[in-house]
Amino acid sequence: MSPLSYLLQRGTAMLMVPLIITHLTLIIWAVQDGLSAEEILSRTRGSIIWAGFYGLFVFAAAIHAGIGVQTILREWTPLGRLATANVGHVFILTLWLLGARAIYAVVWA
Amino acid sequence: MSVSGITRASRAHPGFVASLIHRASGLALAVFLPLHFYALGLALESETFTGFIAWSDQPLVKISEGLMVSALAVHFAGGLRLLAVEFFGLTRAQALWIALALAFALGVGILFLMRAF
Repeated sequence: MSPLSYLLQRGTAMLMVPLIITHLTLIIWAVQDGLSAEEILSRTRGSIIWAGFYGLFVFAAAIHAGIGVQTILREWTPLGRLATANVGHVFILTLWLLGARAIYAVVWA
Repeated sequence: MSVSGITRASRAHPGFVASLIHRASGLALAVFLPLHFYALGLALESETFTGFIAWSDQPLVKISEGLMVSALAVHFAGGLRLLAVEFFGLTRAQALWIALALAFALGVGILFLMRAF
């Protein structure tokens, strides 16, 4: 793992500590009486606060996961440095795009 | 001690098991995330999203969801342990206990919230 990857990995981990506590709490609270599409969307629709929360979460989780996948591939497969870096970057970009689409869908659509 | 003996000894160390669990839970989350985001993106078409949420209301899906929530909690606790070792100069044993205590405290807090609302 390069020094930059290491810093990004640990930095995003620290950033996500309060986000994960909030996410886990909300998951357990929200599923108590069963989950419905209306319930999810009534919470998120038009909410700048949830958009910001999930935007930050997606941004950090994508970087964290991309570096993690890259590290695992580097250690557990014969793939070289360039190939694993490419996979990691594509993974991060994919998660950013899918995440942005998900946030747009539950907040604005 | 032979090289393989050293390898075996290090693998018996709790830190090795903890790092394997951290890696396995992290990998599971990385596979789950694109599916999770894709599914939420279905809200762009309200009927598809409603159908998806209804589809998710079956035992196997709920068990899978439970496993993913557990993977997140496990990866979270393991990550706190790692940060404690690397940034706060704690020994691995201290960090493990702190992570367990934090995970327990978080569990109690969440259980309280469940009862409170």
